[in-house]
Amino acid sequence: MYDTNDILRLLEKDGRLTPQQIAAMLAMEPEQVKAFIEKSEADGVILKYTTLIDWDKTTEESVKALIEVKIAPQRGEGFDRIAQRIYQYEEVDSVYLMSGNFDLAVYITAKTIKDVAEFVYARLAPLEGVTATATHFILKKYKEMGCAYVVPSEQEERINFA
Amino acid sequence: MMDYERLLSDNVKSLKPSGIRKFFDILEEMKSGEAISLGIGEPDFVTPWHIRDAGIYSLEKGYTKYTGNAGLMRLRQEIALYLKRRFGLEYHYKDQIIVTVGGSEAIDLAVRALVNPGDEVIIPVPSFVCYGPVTALACGKPVYVETKVENEFRLTAEELRAAITPRTKLLVLPYPNNPTGGIMERADLEALADVLRGTDIMVLSDEIYAELTYGQHHVSMANLPDMKERTIVVNGFSKSYAMTGWRMGYVCGPAPVISQMLKIHQYAIMSAPTTSQYAAIEAMREGDGDIESMRRDYDFRRRFMLDGLKALELDCFEPKGAFYMFPCIRKTGLSSEEFCERFLLEEKVAVIPGGAFGSGGEGFVRMCYASSIDNISEALNRLERFLKRL
Ligand SMILES: Cc1ncc(COP(=O)(O)O)c(C=O)c1O
Repeated sequence: MYDTNDILRLLEKDGRLTPQQIAAMLAMEPEQVKAFIEKSEADGVILKYTTLIDWDKTTEESVKALIEVKIAPQRGEGFDRIAQRIYQYEEVDSVYLMSGNFDLAVYITAKTIKDVAEFVYARLAPLEGVTATATHFILKKYKEMGCAYVVPSEQEERINFA
Repeated sequence: MMDYERLLSDNVKSLKPSGIRKFFDILEEMKSGEAISLGIGEPDFVTPWHIRDAGIYSLEKGYTKYTGNAGLMRLRQEIALYLKRRFGLEYHYKDQIIVTVGGSEAIDLAVRALVNPGDEVIIPVPSFVCYGPVTALACGKPVYVETKVENEFRLTAEELRAAITPRTKLLVLPYPNNPTGGIMERADLEALADVLRGTDIMVLSDEIYAELTYGQHHVSMANLPDMKERTIVVNGFSKSYAMTGWRMGYVCGPAPVISQMLKIHQYAIMSAPTTSQYAAIEAMREGDGDIESMRRDYDFRRRFMLDGLKALELDCFEPKGAFYMFPCIRKTGLSSEEFCERFLLEEKVAVIPGGAFGSGGEGFVRMCYASSIDNISEALNRLERFLKRL
């Protein structure tokens, strides 16, 4: 009744689930689940296991920005080559090719606003093929990867039977 | 000094408070965060946003007045479409459906509309706690029938036949069942229908968990040939759409019964909450996908918990409906009340003694799996520790 995509869906929600736990939930064999996870890792279907952290609640200071990038695509290589040159930078979190007014959406995390500015004028803007950039600083995060940053507080009064 | 004891209704005084209360009093004393409650029978999901939004939107538009007594016509029309679409049930929105304040009110209306003083109401137990008290308030006589774990807590034709007397007015059919998770399949219902045909016993079918079955589709008594005319179907939004706090339910049945129920509703309630009715319209129109995705999550948790209980070697029949496990704890040597009290005090996990749901429930505990996998997993760890120590 459930298929292997359900294994991925469950892991996407909670990467700590063990093959045994997943097998119980999906009425599969733990061995089967384990083998599928290993294959998915090998095939690059599962890319990595990570943790979503609200850094604002820590002492760590950081700045996030979305940079819209316009590019003149290169003959024969389209946007891929230049996207690759951009995503190699460690401070780059995500890069998407977009429809609409600009071509690449580049999300970066840096320590200070100055670092972001430096990234844009020293690294991004001079790249061959980049024709324009527009930088937007992220002021507040509300939701990421399906998870809201503000946890609603518990309701006070609860019913005694149901 | 007023002598309240003398003034108060004997009927009301004789009602016992729900046996579950004590546990929640203990739970309340505990530090939040360390206690895990698998006690309350309600979804842990928040109502899907588009449904909440529809409620908010109706407030913004200023829809804050009473609705017609039976509920908004559009909502009743949507309920009729929904019942046809999901369960193949046909009810006319004009005179066969009332929108109620939860399934709870619907149950009360049905019992009060049918029961004369002294009439008997057959109630399979273990089951939800309200049927007996509501019957007693209507001056009827609850007749409890213990269902058996070896029958997966189904009501059998023999058990039903043995409970029927000339005073039997009504049979309550609480399936899918709270607290056992038992369901009745078509063949089981056919067997009961054979007993009922030729009598004038009515059926109150509480189908509040109809959407939450695993592996097979819910069948209503009203789906069976010539059973619809004697069946009152209770359903609602609480469990299937995670809308317990909105207090939205409905009842469907033969027009002559519904019209009498509507009088009680008219005088006691006026109309169900207006905001909730607008949210409910949205739920019926756009909510099939929400039901499906929550049902899938419950099913994952159901298997997860069942697997965990089996690993601890607690006997538990596989529940096919609702969101409860009902494991047998007799081998611990504790009564279910002792078990629950100690488990709560020593390991800070709240589960409910089976005896709270009527006779036949003793020796079992109810564990609700409408809770996160993390919670269930931790509760199972603590259960393992607890059982080892006994
Ligand atoms: C079997 C059963 N029927 C009816 C109800 C009442 O639900 P509501 O009044 O929220 O619709 C419950 C709630 O727990 C239940 O378990």
